[in-house]
Amino acid sequence: MMQNITITKESDARGSFCPGPLMELIRQVRLAQVGDVIAVISSDDGSKKDIPAWIAKAKQEFLGMEEIGGATRFICRKIK
Amino acid sequence: MKQIVVLGGGTGGTLVANLLAKKLKSKEAHITLVSASNRHLYQPGWLYVPFGRQDPRTLSRPMASLLRKRVKLVIGKASQLDTESQQISLEDGQSLHYDYLVIATGSQVAPEDVPGFSEGAQHFYTEEASFKLHAALEEFRGGKIVVGVGGLPYKCPVAPLEFTFLLDEYLTHRRIRDKTEIIYTFPLNRVFSIESVAEVAQPLLEQRGVTIETFFNLEEVVPEEKLARSLEGTELNYDLLIMVPPHRGAKFLQGHPIADEQGWVKTDRSTLEVKGCSNVWALGDTTDLPISKAGSTAHFEAPVIVERLAARLRGANNDQIPEEYEGHVMCFLETGYGKASMLNFDYSHAPEVAEPSHLVHYEKMVFNKAYWYLVPTGVL
Ligand SMILES: Cc1cc2nc3c(=O)[nH]c(=O)nc-3n(C[C@H](O)[C@H](O)[C@H](O)COP(=O)(O)OP(=O)(O)OC[C@H]3O[C@@H](n4cnc5c(N)ncnc54)[C@H](O)[C@@H]3O)c2cc1C
Repeated sequence: MMQNITITKESDARGSFCPGPLMELIRQVRLAQVGDVIAVISSDDGSKKDIPAWIAKAKQEFLGMEEIGGATRFICRKIK
Repeated sequence: MKQIVVLGGGTGGTLVANLLAKKLKSKEAHITLVSASNRHLYQPGWLYVPFGRQDPRTLSRPMASLLRKRVKLVIGKASQLDTESQQISLEDGQSLHYDYLVIATGSQVAPEDVPGFSEGAQHFYTEEASFKLHAALEEFRGGKIVVGVGGLPYKCPVAPLEFTFLLDEYLTHRRIRDKTEIIYTFPLNRVFSIESVAEVAQPLLEQRGVTIETFFNLEEVVPEEKLARSLEGTELNYDLLIMVPPHRGAKFLQGHPIADEQGWVKTDRSTLEVKGCSNVWALGDTTDLPISKAGSTAHFEAPVIVERLAARLRGANNDQIPEEYEGHVMCFLETGYGKASMLNFDYSHAPEVAEPSHLVHYEKMVFNKAYWYLVPTGVL
């Protein structure tokens, strides 16, 4: 699904309970240019709910998530 | 003889320099600590200054009084770092060579990153700002206070929550709590990033009558309209706006090849080595690690760097050195009315939050006083 997407910036937030993967994603999205694709890797199960919820609330584009060896990579495009 | 330079005289830098001085024999290395200021600041105390509970004059000590005699202290601000020639230039024109370098220049607040912040918002994240906020609170007679996180990243993630609890207590004591609406904002969809902490904190905020506004990432402040606007499109009016400003790394690191645009140094999460430089390490707030920027983080990172640097200096290869940082962080969480809780976690263990108690609050108060003797010196 995600083969054709070029990631502009990826952060590894495995094991980060505080501030946590979503905070890292928000920080990266705020720094990014419109059109950039941001990825964050999380080992926290709660991210599966929290990350898509924020992306929807902030009206950014959720490109999907993929399992990578005990963790999940979340991908988001900055569209505004 | 090998030259070790430690950049930064805060919690991380002072501790690393002292531990290195203890670990290494004098003939093994010269240790120099470079710091922009001749004062060491105890920042956690700034939380209490706005409420008149801490005298800011008690929150700094001369650098020289905290360092082992063996450590050479240079007061100066690094303005350039050349990792090829292993040179650091200072603003006053001095230049220093290093064989091994430890970067511990911390973080600085960047209110200018949010339009209108400097004109419209107050905070407690510098010595001056916390004292200015003390005046603003003393003059406050009632109205709407919006308090929260005004940008990412920021240090001491629990501080805005602690501030809100202490604010409620302060206004109650001044008998103006019933004339004041407090709105607490947070960037995520709960009151704190760690779910177990949010589960303890949210009912407490509700009990104290604090309105909660989540998914609020401050985008701009419009001082003329007394309005705070979020990235998510929420607008909040305020009489007093208290927001933790976004932070950046030191100026000379912003855009440097070893750091990102904001000056966060690209650091290995286990070895704390700066990526691409095998003789440079970073600790504390200045790293780009997505973990808490806290004094306790720097405290637990310091011994790892000391062991790794000493082993390397004595000829070991990286894969022969077992010491690694495992993400250990410890934080107090002040909940007001003389109670506090404590969080302890690392990369593989989620924090468990104890019920707030008087005992933990008392421990925090004792720690705030004992810091000078225990932490920068390496006693603890
Ligand atoms: C209100 C508040 C409450 C807090 N509460 C807690 C708490 O309860 N628990 C906790 O663990 N942490 C707390 N913290 C966070 C803690 O203070 C910091 O995370 C900690 O000080 C980081 O240590 P550091 O060594 O990385 O940076 P710092 O201690 O900030 O030190 C940085 C040093 O680098 C020097 N420097 C900067 N730029 C240069 C340069 N260009 N050249 C040379 N020197 C330079 C500075 O002068 C300073 O000496 C709190 C912070 C605040 C603001």
